[in-house]
Amino acid sequence: MVRSNFHGEFFIQGDIACAEGAIAAGCRFFGGYPITPASEIAERMAFRLPQLDGVFVQFEDEIASMASILGASWAGVKSMTATSGPGISLMLENIGLGMMMETPCVVVNVQRGSPSTGLPTSWGQSDMMQARWGSHGDYGSIAIAPKSPQELFDLTIVAFNYSEKYRLPVFIMTDAVVGHMTEKVVIPTPDKLNVLDRKYTDKKPQEYQPYDCKNSMIPDFAKAGDGYRYHSTGLTHDHRGYPDMSEQCQIQLVNRLIDKIKKNSSDIILTEEKELDGADVVVVSYGITSRTVIPAIHTARKKGIKVGYLRLITVWPFPEEKIKKLSEQVAGFVVPEINMGQVALEVERCAAKNAVTKLVPHPGGGIHKPEDIVKAIQEVAHAK
Amino acid sequence: MQNNKKKHHPMEKFLRMDRMPHIWCPSCGLGSIVTAFMKGLGKAEIDINKVAVVSGIGCTGRVAGYVRLDSYHTTHGRAIPFATGLKLANRDLTVAVISGDGDLFAIGGNHLIHAARRNVDINVICVNNFIYGMTGGQNAPTTPLGAYSSTAPYGNYEEPFNLVGVAAAAGASYVARWTALHLRRLTDSIDEMAKKKGFCFLEVVSPCATVFARKNKGGTGLDLLKEYKDRSVIDHSADPQAIPLGMTNEIVCGVFVNKDKPTFWENVENGTSRRVKKEKLYLKDIKIL
Amino acid sequence: MKYWEKPFGKVKPKIVTGDIIIIKDRCKGCSFCVEFCPNDVLELSDEFNAKGYHPPRVIDIDRCAFDGLCETLCPDSAIFVVRKEVDFGKK
Repeated sequence: MVRSNFHGEFFIQGDIACAEGAIAAGCRFFGGYPITPASEIAERMAFRLPQLDGVFVQFEDEIASMASILGASWAGVKSMTATSGPGISLMLENIGLGMMMETPCVVVNVQRGSPSTGLPTSWGQSDMMQARWGSHGDYGSIAIAPKSPQELFDLTIVAFNYSEKYRLPVFIMTDAVVGHMTEKVVIPTPDKLNVLDRKYTDKKPQEYQPYDCKNSMIPDFAKAGDGYRYHSTGLTHDHRGYPDMSEQCQIQLVNRLIDKIKKNSSDIILTEEKELDGADVVVVSYGITSRTVIPAIHTARKKGIKVGYLRLITVWPFPEEKIKKLSEQVAGFVVPEINMGQVALEVERCAAKNAVTKLVPHPGGGIHKPEDIVKAIQEVAHAK
Repeated sequence: MQNNKKKHHPMEKFLRMDRMPHIWCPSCGLGSIVTAFMKGLGKAEIDINKVAVVSGIGCTGRVAGYVRLDSYHTTHGRAIPFATGLKLANRDLTVAVISGDGDLFAIGGNHLIHAARRNVDINVICVNNFIYGMTGGQNAPTTPLGAYSSTAPYGNYEEPFNLVGVAAAAGASYVARWTALHLRRLTDSIDEMAKKKGFCFLEVVSPCATVFARKNKGGTGLDLLKEYKDRSVIDHSADPQAIPLGMTNEIVCGVFVNKDKPTFWENVENGTSRRVKKEKLYLKDIKIL
Repeated sequence: MKYWEKPFGKVKPKIVTGDIIIIKDRCKGCSFCVEFCPNDVLELSDEFNAKGYHPPRVIDIDRCAFDGLCETLCPDSAIFVVRKEVDFGKK
């Protein structure tokens, strides 16, 4: 793999920072399809990948794009695709295949106004539940929500690391604001980056079983062409990779797919917290909304309310333990989101009877006004 | 003449014997096609460790599970883009897509024509049994006009696709059609395809004992295969778009297209080598963007 | 004595012979091998195998050309040929 030496301080768009983050993480295959607002990622990859002997293909649709990045991953190359809400809806069957075959790859969703064709040039955050439950069946999911172009660069590398470590497609849930925003991005030199290289099995071909998980929940990876001659399928399979239609096999496999994320969630979850100790109200936010809540929190604090700030960097797996613990201390949570209540449902579930959850919805096309958030904070504070 | 346990069938080292017997019906053509495929690869002297087989869903889709090669059983219709990703990421692999007529031409039709247009270097073997076998005998895009299937109880109202015509029109470099009985020629075609650069398409007309034969001819797969043998004619010079398959007409077999075209990757290299500035050079004139 | 050409009859020709091996319990009775053998070497026997099908049996091994068509054609890998080349006159 040709290593990239691109580094420096730039004033660039979020989408371009995402593409550069992927290249810094070692991504050398991109299969994509144009969609506003994610086309710039494809365009940047079309420009950069041939410089590094990588492969860029614009496919005939998003379904082919997703299938191709799974194939490229099995051939041993880190791969990525980028699309928006309508594209993710098309890709979901193959995302499910990626989850079942345990293929490391990254899927970027630059969210836009929804549902359906919605607002192509405007933003939303209404695909958050889709990232968790979109494809049919039960599986674990990891989704990361950056809030700025700098974070789009850094967190894309984190997303690739998670996908390699836990062997699944990882979502980057950004939105058209962050994707199209131009801000300062510092790209460090390659030696300062923390990139997890793909690890292959050290077993010999005769002993290797593609889904053998005696020691950990994550099987060893072997790529095509190395002489392992294994079989991988989307059907429910046993440790040999062969289809097995028994109840026992389904129980074992589905539990493992869920547990490999659930039991490792403390290593995966990333949050940013400010002034949670002694807070009466906690504002839970992610993505672009986490920037609009800051003036609201300042205003509320000036009015004497003790407000804490919790930003979800990884939205899935959801930080259930943290919310449960906080719910015993606070009067309530305020969850502003640019959708009609998705992550708020999770907060409500975890806070349950201990604390109130106040959703501040916005259907998309605009961002919240700080006054609306202040009003919500005041309501929750008075509920105490 | 007797059960000789010391000698092994030559195919045993290429099949996953721990999964035998396979699920295919008695007098299904698939077992013969898999044997011809492995013999073709052997004839081409390809390194067996560098062959990958990708298949979709259906009876033919199960081929990936039975061959002892790096094999992937993907979603319905999406074997071709998966194979494209696999091949472009590791160009030393010989990638074969083995799937059925419904998988490749109904749900996967779009992917097939675009892969043929791009001339990606993969080998597609489409086993045509004129019906959707695995799910119980529904209409396929190749079911002849007037034939019976479970979703066409009054006879099929749709004109079928002519698979070799579609592949040739889309721009494939190699287009051939054989039946499950023309095994030597099938082996030769697979040998040619494995060595040939570009998008290679092979249609194999195969008997479906349990659904197509029973719903339409009232016989077994053997009767169907005997009928295909009587109806088949070899004509390499035929125009692939003028030889459709119906219930009673001739089955024209042969290698209809065998041309040399630059593959997708050759076009990429030609296009980028002259114009792309490799990153080292590009960084020299980097400015704040 | 050194011959400048081999005398006729000095070098014995080789003939192809061998065995047809049938793995009876794999057979699913499809009759492809029986029907399409160019020399009609096989027929379905009357016995049953473990699956309840009639596997083939060899009528006359001397008719067999050992071309291996049955081996390639059998969908269940239940029949194969083993070729042996022996000198003419020997069995």
